[in-house]
Amino acid sequence: MATEKKPDSDELIHIGPEMAVAEADLMPGEVGRFVHGTSLWRDAWRRLLKNKLAVFGLVVVVIVTISSIIGPTVIQRVFGFTPDYIPSNDPRLTQSFPPFTGPNGEFSWAHPMGTDNAGRDQFARVLQGGQISLFVGILATLVSLLIGVSYGAIAGYVGGRVDNVMMRIVDVLYSLPYVIVVIVLLSMFRSQTPRGQLILLFVAIGTVSWLTMARIVRGQVLSLKNQEFVLAARATGVSNARIIFRHLVPNTLGPVIVYATLEIPQIMLTEAFLSFLGFGVQAPLASWGSLAADGIQNIAVFPWQLIFPGVTMALTLFSLNFLGDGLRDALDPQMRTV
Amino acid sequence: MSANGNLLEVKNLRTYFETDDGIVKAVDDITFQLKRGETLGIVGESGSGKSVTNLSIIRLVPNPPGKIVSGQVFFNGNDLLLLSNDAIRKIRGRRIAMIFQDPMTSLNPFMKISRQLMEMTELHLGHTKAQAYAHAIRMLETVGIPDARERADSYPHEFSGGMRQRVMIAMALSCEPELLIADEPTTALDVTIQAQILELIKTLKRKTGTSVILITHDLGVVAGMTDHVIVMYAGKIFEQAPTKELYAVPGNPYTKGLLRSVPDPTDEQGKLYQIPGLPPDVAHLKPGCPFAQRCDYTQDICTREFPPFVQLNADHYSLCHFAREVYSESGGIS
Repeated sequence: MATEKKPDSDELIHIGPEMAVAEADLMPGEVGRFVHGTSLWRDAWRRLLKNKLAVFGLVVVVIVTISSIIGPTVIQRVFGFTPDYIPSNDPRLTQSFPPFTGPNGEFSWAHPMGTDNAGRDQFARVLQGGQISLFVGILATLVSLLIGVSYGAIAGYVGGRVDNVMMRIVDVLYSLPYVIVVIVLLSMFRSQTPRGQLILLFVAIGTVSWLTMARIVRGQVLSLKNQEFVLAARATGVSNARIIFRHLVPNTLGPVIVYATLEIPQIMLTEAFLSFLGFGVQAPLASWGSLAADGIQNIAVFPWQLIFPGVTMALTLFSLNFLGDGLRDALDPQMRTV
Repeated sequence: MSANGNLLEVKNLRTYFETDDGIVKAVDDITFQLKRGETLGIVGESGSGKSVTNLSIIRLVPNPPGKIVSGQVFFNGNDLLLLSNDAIRKIRGRRIAMIFQDPMTSLNPFMKISRQLMEMTELHLGHTKAQAYAHAIRMLETVGIPDARERADSYPHEFSGGMRQRVMIAMALSCEPELLIADEPTTALDVTIQAQILELIKTLKRKTGTSVILITHDLGVVAGMTDHVIVMYAGKIFEQAPTKELYAVPGNPYTKGLLRSVPDPTDEQGKLYQIPGLPPDVAHLKPGCPFAQRCDYTQDICTREFPPFVQLNADHYSLCHFAREVYSESGGIS
């Protein structure tokens, strides 16, 4: 092996001076064009693409998201039924069919995931459930981003007693068993309409999910605020609010993005759990959790009612976690130095 | 502008840090003036209070633990220490700008160079985005960044240390401040770049008429750049004189020691002189002269009594019991 490698290194030595000459021949202006911008984000993106699992995750997430958004509409155009369509005019159809089966037991493309007890198309319902699950996950994460990042950044930057009080509040909220808090909130303010129930779910999850984000951002800001560029910004007369939100927060984005991507599946899981218990999304709206709750009652007879929403959810959550891990590796601050 | 032509007058400034180890008198009763258009050098070892003095001027001493205990800082006749936070913020960057020691960390790694430059003029001169961008590029050209137009949208990590320091200078000068405080602007750079940066500061100073405070521990830098020099030690001014006078006839044993420790290229064989001992722990200063333990001139009085601030000449002061003796030994006539 060692002898095989030798020509390589000889070649390298040989190439070295030639490259140097080539570079020296360039005009100073031309060099700039050759070394042009590899931004931090582009570097991170390249590292992410090297990670096979993360790419797999990204692809699955994109596919699930797109098909959840446009899927129900497409099904309605092609087959003529909505996710909550119950064929009540025909008693033969209001029962659960296995996948790819028509009303007479023949092969059919109409219901690739079968139907539920009321004869609603399972595929359309899983897609619509995906819409709601992703919506809850992303929106609640955005809420927690908004509250958590500002709260943590302010606490970390101001420091001293303010920081102490702010973080003790977080500690107190942390110590409450958060699923129970959510359940109490949901049952106290139980709404009559499905949409109202959904909004309540956001509020309940959003109010408790920003705590970790606040801690992460505070920690980042604490270590950043003593760096010289913050002093330099202050020495140029920049206001504190501007320093926090224009100078410090962008510098915390790496860990924040990573945590946010990992928080989406966590919140989706919470939503599924609550819906499974019957506190979350109400029929006729569906989420993966409520579909699974319906399915588990018939698991012995109609297993597809549980399998499809369950597998879809598991796959999506896996993918989001892979993506989050990949992003963490790609945005690793250790790698960022040039 | 105050009547006597001084841009900046610092009077009896005291900045203390409260630490677990006791009160650290980082700056202890400092008084000096700076005339418009002049350059003042502040020299001293690490921890002598050079940087804290200047952070105190623009009220950026980290608080807690730091605190400006007493004193006045007159800038154009106004006491900066009495201004509201908003008012001092309008002065920072606009009328007093600062360059920091380490160009590697003093630019925000997540902001484009152009944005960081634009922030200054948008904030202080009310520029629109387009105006600020044009101004940013003009400033980059002024400080000698090649291809300023193309490079303006780079991130700091794409620039070398010397170029970043140029960007810092561009930033500091973009609002044409009346006072530029350069806190060891060349310490983190290698020698050839050092010379370029100093030359740049000198040229820009001549062009704009800005007054400069140059903080450094390099006596060679001070010699070529400044009109006046202050030598600091343990939070005190040990000697204060016009630059030429200080080099020719130092009136303080500490200054003499510093001058002796500058390497002499004509005497290559000799061993480099070093002031014996270490700077004192400013949290636990003993009565008497803080330099007494390291001084060649030490006598009993030095460890007992705090030395007087002796005027040796029109503009020349020295903090020493034996200032006159040292001064005449150097060849000065008081």
